[in-house]
Amino acid sequence: MITRWLLRRLGRSLDDRLRTAPVLRRAFAKVFPDHWSFMLGELALYSFVVLVLTGIFLTLFFEPSTADTVYSGSYAPLDGSRTSAAYASTVRLSFDVRAGLLMRQTHHWAALLFVAAIVLHLLRIFFTGAFRKPREINWLIGVTMLALALFNGFTGYSVPDDLLSGTGLRILYSVTQSIPVLGEWLVFVAAGGEFPTEEMVPRMFVSHVLLVPAALAALIAAHLGILVRQKHSQFPGPGRTENNVVGSLFWPSYTMRTLALFAWVLAVTFALGGLAQINPVWIYGPFDPAQATSPAQPDWYVAWGDGALRLFPAVEFRIFGHLVASPFLPGVVFGGLTFAGLYLWPFLDRRHRRGQLSHQLLDPPREHPARLGFGVAVLTLFAVLLAAAADDIVAKIFRIPVLDVLSILRVLALALPIPAGVLAYLVARVLQASGGRGVGDLTRQDVRSVRRAVRARVGAGVGAVTAGSGTPPPQDWAAPADADRIELWRDRAGRWRWRCRGAGVLLTANQLYLSRDEAERAARTAYGDLPLREVEPPGGAVGVPAAMVERAGRVAGRTGGYLTLAAVAYWRSRRSRRR
Amino acid sequence: MTGGDGPGRRERAASGLVVGAFGVSALGGAGFATVYATGGQTQLEGLALAVAFAGLAVGLAVWSRHLLPNGGYVEEHEPFDSPPADLRLAAEALAGPESPVRRRGLLAMLAVALGTLGGAALFPLRSLLPFDRERPVHALRTTPWAAGVRLVRADGVPVRPTDVPDGTVLTVFPEGHRGRGDVPAFAVRLDPARFVVPPPGGNVAGVVVYSLLCTHAGCPVALYLKETGRVLCPCHQSNFDLLAGARPIAGPAARPLPGLPISLDADGFLTAIGDFTAPPGPGFWSLK
Repeated sequence: MITRWLLRRLGRSLDDRLRTAPVLRRAFAKVFPDHWSFMLGELALYSFVVLVLTGIFLTLFFEPSTADTVYSGSYAPLDGSRTSAAYASTVRLSFDVRAGLLMRQTHHWAALLFVAAIVLHLLRIFFTGAFRKPREINWLIGVTMLALALFNGFTGYSVPDDLLSGTGLRILYSVTQSIPVLGEWLVFVAAGGEFPTEEMVPRMFVSHVLLVPAALAALIAAHLGILVRQKHSQFPGPGRTENNVVGSLFWPSYTMRTLALFAWVLAVTFALGGLAQINPVWIYGPFDPAQATSPAQPDWYVAWGDGALRLFPAVEFRIFGHLVASPFLPGVVFGGLTFAGLYLWPFLDRRHRRGQLSHQLLDPPREHPARLGFGVAVLTLFAVLLAAAADDIVAKIFRIPVLDVLSILRVLALALPIPAGVLAYLVARVLQASGGRGVGDLTRQDVRSVRRAVRARVGAGVGAVTAGSGTPPPQDWAAPADADRIELWRDRAGRWRWRCRGAGVLLTANQLYLSRDEAERAARTAYGDLPLREVEPPGGAVGVPAAMVERAGRVAGRTGGYLTLAAVAYWRSRRSRRR
Repeated sequence: MTGGDGPGRRERAASGLVVGAFGVSALGGAGFATVYATGGQTQLEGLALAVAFAGLAVGLAVWSRHLLPNGGYVEEHEPFDSPPADLRLAAEALAGPESPVRRRGLLAMLAVALGTLGGAALFPLRSLLPFDRERPVHALRTTPWAAGVRLVRADGVPVRPTDVPDGTVLTVFPEGHRGRGDVPAFAVRLDPARFVVPPPGGNVAGVVVYSLLCTHAGCPVALYLKETGRVLCPCHQSNFDLLAGARPIAGPAARPLPGLPISLDADGFLTAIGDFTAPPGPGFWSLK
């Protein structure tokens, strides 16, 4: 009772000042598609929130300075040794700040999860064609956020000024220095001189806690704003068209679901942060340009770059007497090509396929064998590069000389991607022809029929690569055949509602309308010219069994109250005992 | 919620689960507070918080899954292209008769002013490299190693040839310049009879000195394999053959390690007789 009264008061007073009701009404009714892959972006968002929360805690104890200090604290092996203030404060916040190590490790794990979620989200968008018009802008923003996340991850694990990250920093410095013409000045201006400088840690710190997070926050806001404006895309299915979104309402179903995901992210990151050691800088020791850890592995999201540096042959050449150093091609050019490819992809992918049309229905990956094949080939290359960043560990485990591992990986990097891509392409073709079955249900017959079809096409002079465009288009533009009528009615309170009813489809409109016209316009937008019929209000309206939820809430509230009382009582008894 | 027998019972079970999960969450939260208040222990803190949030997650998930409608809603998705009339009105408002867009000459001059200002605003970036520091090319090409600079160990003690152990490398620095990034070098004892290429810096009783920084990405090439006379970089596995002038023989490095020309001073300590035979560390545009 009180909750509802409070909410009504708050809502009224806000509305008097901002007229929030029309906006809120629409926001509550926003429809989210029900598919797990739509949660990957939220996974990234919530990891970012965890990063900000734990990160704020860390900034209060970390000292971004390379000034010489003497560490004194409870980590005995380093007690009394001379290190930089950054390193000493990191060790101190790990051992002598209560809950400091938990926050630090949770921060690091959340960073790994953040980038992983971004990459998975990107792959989902890529393989389902969600980057197509009208969503190119959000793709560009997303790729920018990926780049920023990689950079911020790197500066984040470099600021403690430990031996492992210092080595990584040395490598990044060398890669930047290798850029023709500009490299020397670029890296000297950025770092404030020749490696290592005392400015590096404070500058990376400002970038890590202010510049990049602020940029990320702004881009996240733009990303979500555009998402709300453009509404979600969705997979094809019964009742789904290019002009509607089918799923659950933002309030209350999706709100609960997304908060549950947030809580899961917190649970997993804190479990990892508490139980799984990560980046124990006190074992690596402080940075010293004359020392290195071995083996030395970067965090996974920059490992592809390190792998490329390891695999690429020793190529240096001169242009008019000037040197193009060996890290330039695998470091700068390869990294640049990767991101250029990502940025350009929406514009490369649209040339031969209805490029000017807007797409709200996603492609199941099999509908685009060429895109799938290309994506799988590139992913295979990156998987080999990731493995290459651990070549010394592989060598140690399998007791093979590291140079042999290197040779094997070089061969794999060249030999694997194209067959993997072709295989993915063929599997997609077979799946397409098999008519909606999964990979596990395929028979030899399916494979054979596609092989024959491809051969026939190649024989007819059509390249296998463009064969995908010859298949019948997915049901993008067709009105749902099995959703055969719209029902429109006026409920007892005099508001208009509608729903789409067909064989196996019963989809209720997400909003209540004040006029019949409004309701009809929405139904027409969503379903075009389906027959529309006014009906009696259907019984058993879709809704929440309010009594049940309230009872659950009441019990939960009471339980919480008793627990609080118990905690207070315990605390007071302790205090009195101490006196 | 729809269909099935006894939906009421299922709902009761679900709300019971939600209550239980939130209860566990509260216990987890209280547990965290207790662990913290009684001295703190990283594993238990993490576990308690994880339980607290997992309880919350389970409760919310069950609530949304079993007590709230899932799916079954549709929202219309209007096309994005505006009606032509709207487009026309917007265009008129933007480029009407008094619109600044029509004053080409003024706009051109505005562009000149803003462009110049924008370029000028980049100049303070140069302050990031303090003006009293060495310029990049000079700094990269030279090091404090010079004739008469003694080789010292990490603890500052000068090195005699006999101090260089057999079978491992000794990291050395120029006296008085321990902290600089481009100075680390290593001394190693080799059998002069095995030299395929004489060391560029010469040898003193079999002791040769090379830059410690890999010519690929600047990591210290700290791993020495005595049998083959090679050093290995731990970062990207470049191999250098110390018996052949530290020539790169595997991995991504393309240039040999620069040698340090050495001799003995009057007191019998190893001393440099010049800078490295080439700029140490990774390559750069102006490297000759």
